[in-house]
Amino acid sequence: MGTGTYLDLLLAGLVVTVEVSLLAWIIALVTGSVVGVMRTLPSRTASAIGFAYVEFFRNMPLLVQLFLWFFVLPELLPKSAGLWLKQMPNAPFWTAAIGIGLFMSARVAVQLQAGIGSLPRGQKLAATALGLTTVQTYRYVLLPMAFRIILPPLTSEFLNTIKNSAVAITIGLLELTGEARSMQEFSFQVFEAFTAATVLYLLLNFVVVTAMRFLERRVAIPGYISGK
Amino acid sequence: MIGNFDFDVIRRALPYLFFEGMRFTLTLTALSAFGGLVFGTLIAMMRLSGYRLLARVAGLYVDFIRSLPLVLVIFWFYFLVPYIGQWLTGASRPISVGAFASSLITFIAFESAYFSEIMRAGIQSISRGQPAAANALGLTYGQTMRYVVLPQAFRNMLPVLLTQTIVLFQDTSLVYVLSITDFLGAASKVAQRDGRLVEMYLFAALVYFVISSIASIGVRRLQARISIVR
Amino acid sequence: MTRNYLIGFALAAALGAGQAQADELTGTLKNIKDTGAITLGYRDSSIPFSYLDDNQKPIGYAMDICYKIVDAVKKELKLDKLEVKLTPVTSATRIPLMANGTVDLECGSTTNNAEREKQVWFTNTHFLTASRYVFKKSSGLKSIDDLKGKTVVSTAGTTNIKQLTEANVERKLGANIIPAKDHAEAFLMVETDRAVAFVMDDILLASLVAGSKSPDDYVISKDAFSTPEPYGIMLRKDDKPFKKVVDAATAALYTSGEGKKIYDKWFTQKIPPKGLNLNVPMGPELAHEFAKPSDSPDPASYK
Repeated sequence: MGTGTYLDLLLAGLVVTVEVSLLAWIIALVTGSVVGVMRTLPSRTASAIGFAYVEFFRNMPLLVQLFLWFFVLPELLPKSAGLWLKQMPNAPFWTAAIGIGLFMSARVAVQLQAGIGSLPRGQKLAATALGLTTVQTYRYVLLPMAFRIILPPLTSEFLNTIKNSAVAITIGLLELTGEARSMQEFSFQVFEAFTAATVLYLLLNFVVVTAMRFLERRVAIPGYISGK
Repeated sequence: MIGNFDFDVIRRALPYLFFEGMRFTLTLTALSAFGGLVFGTLIAMMRLSGYRLLARVAGLYVDFIRSLPLVLVIFWFYFLVPYIGQWLTGASRPISVGAFASSLITFIAFESAYFSEIMRAGIQSISRGQPAAANALGLTYGQTMRYVVLPQAFRNMLPVLLTQTIVLFQDTSLVYVLSITDFLGAASKVAQRDGRLVEMYLFAALVYFVISSIASIGVRRLQARISIVR
Repeated sequence: MTRNYLIGFALAAALGAGQAQADELTGTLKNIKDTGAITLGYRDSSIPFSYLDDNQKPIGYAMDICYKIVDAVKKELKLDKLEVKLTPVTSATRIPLMANGTVDLECGSTTNNAEREKQVWFTNTHFLTASRYVFKKSSGLKSIDDLKGKTVVSTAGTTNIKQLTEANVERKLGANIIPAKDHAEAFLMVETDRAVAFVMDDILLASLVAGSKSPDDYVISKDAFSTPEPYGIMLRKDDKPFKKVVDAATAALYTSGEGKKIYDKWFTQKIPPKGLNLNVPMGPELAHEFAKPSDSPDPASYK
């Protein structure tokens, strides 16, 4: 059909899947960390905002959230801003990355909150006794520990991010599942197309799991179950 | 912008949204959760059984399903289920399977992998002494599972199981990709027909949000109660 | 598997011997007789061929033709009652769902071409249409070449998106092609300025424009991506007895003048849900085809 072989198409889809997942994951990690920390702060307001944030993004299907970002948001903005947003090149890609990123950030926040909560209280107290400010306490004491503890659940949240990127075919993103779908339309080889996509997802999964195992071993905390 | 907001569109579409769309969504959620729990428990028992082969097959199934996006699995099953039906019954041609049955089979197959992980954790949370004691009392393996292990595992894991069911409730919206009329499908059909997507999508989001929020508050209360009893 | 087949075989043999039927039914016809039901695949927004009315019931020109086929099937099988099941299909799902037995007839706006004939079969042509694109007047597009570097939408699984993809490569347009789930969603992309143009069969574009909030804002291109191509009701491949019944039913319908009546009902009169009139009288090519029904996938044969 003149646009390269089917394998090229699938690989192009795989690249989009990886790109959108990585970008979404960065967004999820950054915002999720901020919100997760907020939930553990002594300030009532900060904690409440964190709570509301998590509830907001957790209690709506991802598909609905993507529709809100893609179809509804530009209509609610002033006309020129909405138009700019809609005519952005690659709009489905950016919408998917941000939408999935925010959706996953709520989950990251919950994990981080649990991770910080699992640390012995003494750590925070000791940091305060040493004269560290709150920022320093989090930066040098709590977060390095918490992140290492929650690395395994974060791995599976990253895998979830990759899987969730497939939802973006509903806003026209041609990622791996989308390419498989359009490939079966052109060649009518439904089973071949989906089998190939399935194999690629399995491979991707395997690569991520292996890489994360390696990382987990590198950063394991001595004295903890996962440590040496 | 709010001035343009047409509440009447929503009001007129309410019967269709709820009696057709939401009914489909809730039925699918309830039956998939039940089926997922039953098969998930079986898979968990296979994984924990002493039989190497059984455990291996169950483990592979769970890892396999959990590696794939739900959207891909939905496409797979929608096209594949009739052929599986043909293979199972030995019919000469693929068996016609309706949209609902096909979605149900998809979600049960998909969710059972997730439920099985929860039930596996639940079964492992029971101290070893209990099955040993049951064994000593002369209970068979089946009886031990049925009367001793599973009820406790289920009870301990109830909050997690319910949380997974809320996730499932949200995930059923993905049947949208097949043009099936679930709640979101109904909302999008009205939105596209009347050109009122802002209203319909916001309303759909609100409904999902309210239902999921109430359900998760309920789960949290339940969790608090259970943890006190323990 | 083999064992199941053997059992099936033995059962079939036993049953077959028992009921000395005049003519052995096979395939779709046998299935319809056994289950007492036929499944029609319909579309969400292929106006006026197959779409949802105000009560979300599928109606349209192709649906009417399908109900005539259902009547003929009922007569052929001498059934008192034939339940009609309705299943929604999209452009992307219709061919796999036909192949895997989910639907028996696809009643919509499916282009019959030689490539698809390798997967499915079509009965006599019920419409002819060319692939064009719709755009907003304000965007000032003139020809296909103006799509260069723009975002263009089409419906996933259609011949149109395929032609667009090919044109994109041949003419080096570098357009960003977005696939949409169905025609309504694709049109929505143009309406909300997500895409500058929607490539589709011109008749469907005309109905979408006519039904839109402000029909005057849109223009359908003069440039076409294809010559007029035939639409047919889709049925399963390699099912000769079923195709014979369906072909006979549609041929009788089209040649009797009743086909023209159904055509006029949907194309020259007010149609639900908004009471718009598409005003597309039957062209000489289709009139000629109705006089001599044909299921040819070759566009040239309809000239």
